Amino acid sequence: MNAYLKRFYDWIDERVQLEDLVHFLGKKYVPIHRHSVWYYFGGVSLFLFIIQVVTGILLLLYYKSGEALAFESIQFIMSKVQFGWLIRSIHSWTANLFILTAMIHMFSVYFEKSYRKPREITWLTGMLMFFLALGFGFSGYLLPWNELAFFATKVGTDIAGVVPVIGKPIMIFLRGGQEVTGATLSRFFGFHVAVLPGIFTVLLGIHLILIQRQGMSEPLVEKDATEVPQKTMPFFPNFLLRDMLLWLIVLNLLAILAVFFPWELGKKADAFAPAPAGIKPEWYFLFMFQTLKYIPGKLLVFDGEVFGIMLFSVAGILWTMVPFWDTKSSRGEQNRFISYIGIFVIFYIMVLTILGWIS
Amino acid sequence: MTSAEETNPANNSKRDFLKWVLSGGLVAFAASVLYPILAYLKPPEQGEVEVSSVKVGKLADIPKDSGQIVKFGSKPVILLRTAAGELRAFSATCTHLDCTVQYRKDFGVIWCACHNGKYDLNGHNISGPPPRPLNEYKVILQGEEVFVSKNT
Repeated sequence: MNAYLKRFYDWIDERVQLEDLVHFLGKKYVPIHRHSVWYYFGGVSLFLFIIQVVTGILLLLYYKSGEALAFESIQFIMSKVQFGWLIRSIHSWTANLFILTAMIHMFSVYFEKSYRKPREITWLTGMLMFFLALGFGFSGYLLPWNELAFFATKVGTDIAGVVPVIGKPIMIFLRGGQEVTGATLSRFFGFHVAVLPGIFTVLLGIHLILIQRQGMSEPLVEKDATEVPQKTMPFFPNFLLRDMLLWLIVLNLLAILAVFFPWELGKKADAFAPAPAGIKPEWYFLFMFQTLKYIPGKLLVFDGEVFGIMLFSVAGILWTMVPFWDTKSSRGEQNRFISYIGIFVIFYIMVLTILGWIS
Repeated sequence: MTSAEETNPANNSKRDFLKWVLSGGLVAFAASVLYPILAYLKPPEQGEVEVSSVKVGKLADIPKDSGQIVKFGSKPVILLRTAAGELRAFSATCTHLDCTVQYRKDFGVIWCACHNGKYDLNGHNISGPPPRPLNEYKVILQGEEVFVSKNT
């Protein structure tokens, strides 16, 4: 058997010269230090994305878009298709876990200031992927065409509509008309299964290539001790095996969640039913939703909503652009101010999410 | 390119002219490709059936102290019957962020579940985020039949 493998390898090698790649893999090292644990969250996010692609494709085989069919087709998947309940629950749970691990990954990179020169592009592509992930969440939420999703989409797209000048056209573009209808469902389906995955894959490619090209970032603190030889671990196979072990644990966790906490389908959307009591957005939108509740209807010259949206947009842009205004970290100096902002942001998100959850 | 050619004004103006023609052509080409795509993305105006009045049902079937959603074309309208037996109708679309309101018997208000907006039984926003009152509709009684119609 080994001889055949060897011949196969040689056959490929002769044509595409594999030794560079093998050499590269052999020389890839992961630094070991007290913050090394955070290195795993990027990998876990990648694994969850792969699960989303696989389960998403599987769901696509039975899902039917359209007002009259969407809800019924998910009912069909959940009740008639063998293991349909499992695939759908895993897709829904993974979506939430993916946002969570991507958030942890983002915050760990932020606090380590790993976005600093020369890794600005890695940070930017990561942030764009994070925004796309929120788009995945928002568009995917509507696809079962249930009551909660219907009103969440109404509110979400209406919020886009309050932005001056560009808001209304954006709202109509998103809804595929003035109202949330089957046209909105078709559009969101297209975004969710074609537009977003396409863009995401390109960004992910750039993100991963940059990480291979530049190697892992090391924390600023460790750099002071230049004389002490840096402890490292070979990526292949040591780190990869640890990665895979974690992926296995995550897959098990997903299976447990999907089996014991299957994802609800709820009631079919009805444009002529009142919004159900206790309606809330997904947890990752909750802190923004809760903030909007506290902003008064009129603030200075702006409507409350407009003010809130502008606030979050500016904050999001500043956050995304951090490698360009945190010049201190790029020079290799400590920048505590950045850490304080990060702590404030985490604290803010947590408190507002909890308030939104219990109210 | 020699410096003689560069300084020759006739040559430069020819070059500029070509630059303009080519880049102008490129812009025009890009626009002619992009325009159909952008226009395609804009959803067409749907010819909506103009509804001016809808029949709800018999008065006897509408209990006192209740509210129900009525289909008014593609829009929801809430028809209230007060405890005193009076009929009123309002747009059921919350003026805040587009959710559909409902009648809350326990508080005697029109209530929106999305952001806890409240309106009194005249459709006036009384608490929560709604910025404006609900649009009023006319309720017409023809014998026993109840009709809701546009308030024009």
